[in-house]
Amino acid sequence: MVALPTKKLEAWRYTDLRPLSAVTFGAPPAAAATPDLPDLPFPRFVFLNGVLNAALSSGFAYAKPFVPVEGQGTQPMALINADYAQDGINIEIPAGQDAGELLLISQSDGITPFAFHPRHRVKLGQGAKFALIELNQGEGTYWQNAVFEVEVAEGAKFQHFRLQEESVEAFNTTTIYADIEGQGSYEHFTLTLGARISRTEIEANLLGQNALAHLNAAQLLGGTQHGDFTTIIRHKAPNCPSRQTVKSVLAGKAHAVFQGKIEVDQIAQKTDGYQMSQALLLSPETEMDIKPELQIFADDVKCSHGATIGALDEEQVFYLRSRGIPEAEARQILIRAFLEEALEPVTHDASKALFEEVLESWWTKQ
Amino acid sequence: MLEIKNLHARIGDAEILKGVTLTIPDGEIHAIMGPNGAGKSTLSYVLSGREGYEVTKGEVIFNGENILEMEPEDRAAAGLFLAFQYPVELPGVGNANFLRTSLNAIRRKRGEEELDAVAFLKLARAAVRQLAMKEDFLKRNVNVGFSGGEKKRNEMLQMAILKPHLAILDETDSGLDIDALKIVAEGVNALRDEKFSALVITHYQRLLDHIVPDVVHVLAGGKIVRSGPASLALELEASGYAGLEVA
Repeated sequence: MVALPTKKLEAWRYTDLRPLSAVTFGAPPAAAATPDLPDLPFPRFVFLNGVLNAALSSGFAYAKPFVPVEGQGTQPMALINADYAQDGINIEIPAGQDAGELLLISQSDGITPFAFHPRHRVKLGQGAKFALIELNQGEGTYWQNAVFEVEVAEGAKFQHFRLQEESVEAFNTTTIYADIEGQGSYEHFTLTLGARISRTEIEANLLGQNALAHLNAAQLLGGTQHGDFTTIIRHKAPNCPSRQTVKSVLAGKAHAVFQGKIEVDQIAQKTDGYQMSQALLLSPETEMDIKPELQIFADDVKCSHGATIGALDEEQVFYLRSRGIPEAEARQILIRAFLEEALEPVTHDASKALFEEVLESWWTKQ
Repeated sequence: MLEIKNLHARIGDAEILKGVTLTIPDGEIHAIMGPNGAGKSTLSYVLSGREGYEVTKGEVIFNGENILEMEPEDRAAAGLFLAFQYPVELPGVGNANFLRTSLNAIRRKRGEEELDAVAFLKLARAAVRQLAMKEDFLKRNVNVGFSGGEKKRNEMLQMAILKPHLAILDETDSGLDIDALKIVAEGVNALRDEKFSALVITHYQRLLDHIVPDVVHVLAGGKIVRSGPASLALELEASGYAGLEVA
């Protein structure tokens, strides 16, 4: 196996994978029980312990058979994935088609540790539209190491909403490569609640004029959880906007990372890049690392980034309490409000409703 | 009825209130005036339970209970309402939701049944109309992007819905903003009845043109140095606060 990256690599400086390398992973066991599946009126692919379950999955007109890896991607996690990938979805939306929504569900459950490495492909033809809603859930110790290869042709629109609610003993590493042609758009949102250690890493290439990338995330972590959202957006053509909002709520001894790099090529004039990271720290033992990086080689661009890290505003807490709201509830309302804003980039109603429901139940468990 | 007895309070080592005593019977509106630094805002914060103020002596009895030992939320449930001088913005919190949560928290503590969304909206819309506010007020985030006047109106909307027994109106610095004063005055006057009382804290006499108090107290050097009828305010406006500290 390709070696796991260590903290000596700049890109992995804040995410220590030693707890992952300490585990010996076997092959995925056969899935035991039939999982609870969400009640959403969309076609679906259901993977149990990393293996496609045909009985639980529905047909999808634009699905093609899994294609063995051709070896794209140079990130360490993608290289490991390439060595082991055995399954994944392969979606091709022809030009001009609106393919609607598709659910991609991964449910994992095992007694002894196991690993799986899905390799997903999503390809949209010119002017096509598609929304992928991903739900990752499970129990026990396992490692999901997924790769997505995304191609968005001219004028196509791909929305990708992810819920990462893996077991708190699990590991989730997801690497996404997205090529976006002129006028095309890739809207991404990851809601991270689960896993002991997780990292979502996205490389988005804006290849034609007015191509757009929205790479947003919200992370709600407690205990000793570690969540990492790392992105590289490459502006390789003029007039492309990119937007990023990353919000983190950290409790216990949780640790979150946001590394956002924006590269602007010499020809990418009129680039409009915006990046914002906000973290709410609910305990003094949490850690938030934010690393914005701008590499700009064009001379007429607008790129901004900002970061805030802090505790709840006590003025706000008092205001709510003075209106009769008990302290604990007041704090919850303010955290919810912070997260409510984090869900703002989710422009897809069904996904938003789903995420709100998840936030609600996360609360009741706190 | 509110009885403040020999109240002493400090922030850190600085003693701000040095023995405040006053009684507000039900149905009365009292005003507290006084020079800058007299302890007016401190009094409102101590009464509403804000952290950072240490009460070293005295008690505050509100309808038979010593509220100094109560959490701010319990004081609200007991019927105390503080209208903020500078209402706080709550991004991401919808106004209607905030009001309903607040009203239901208070009803719950009082052993009353909570209002469902429909019943609440009916009540809230009526209050909004009565205060001549736009209906989208309920849909906006609490005080976010509100003008100064809109924030005051929002405080009065909360007061109208929560129906406190005693409202404390901290208007220490806002004496020059006439529109805001009128909004506050309308809000208070609308609630005036034999059960409702209010403590209006102000530096300027102007607010009292709109809310005519039953009694005016002068707070200076951390004590009430004079009390009298509404006309006392006019007297102070003419003569100023000079010389009152020693009284």
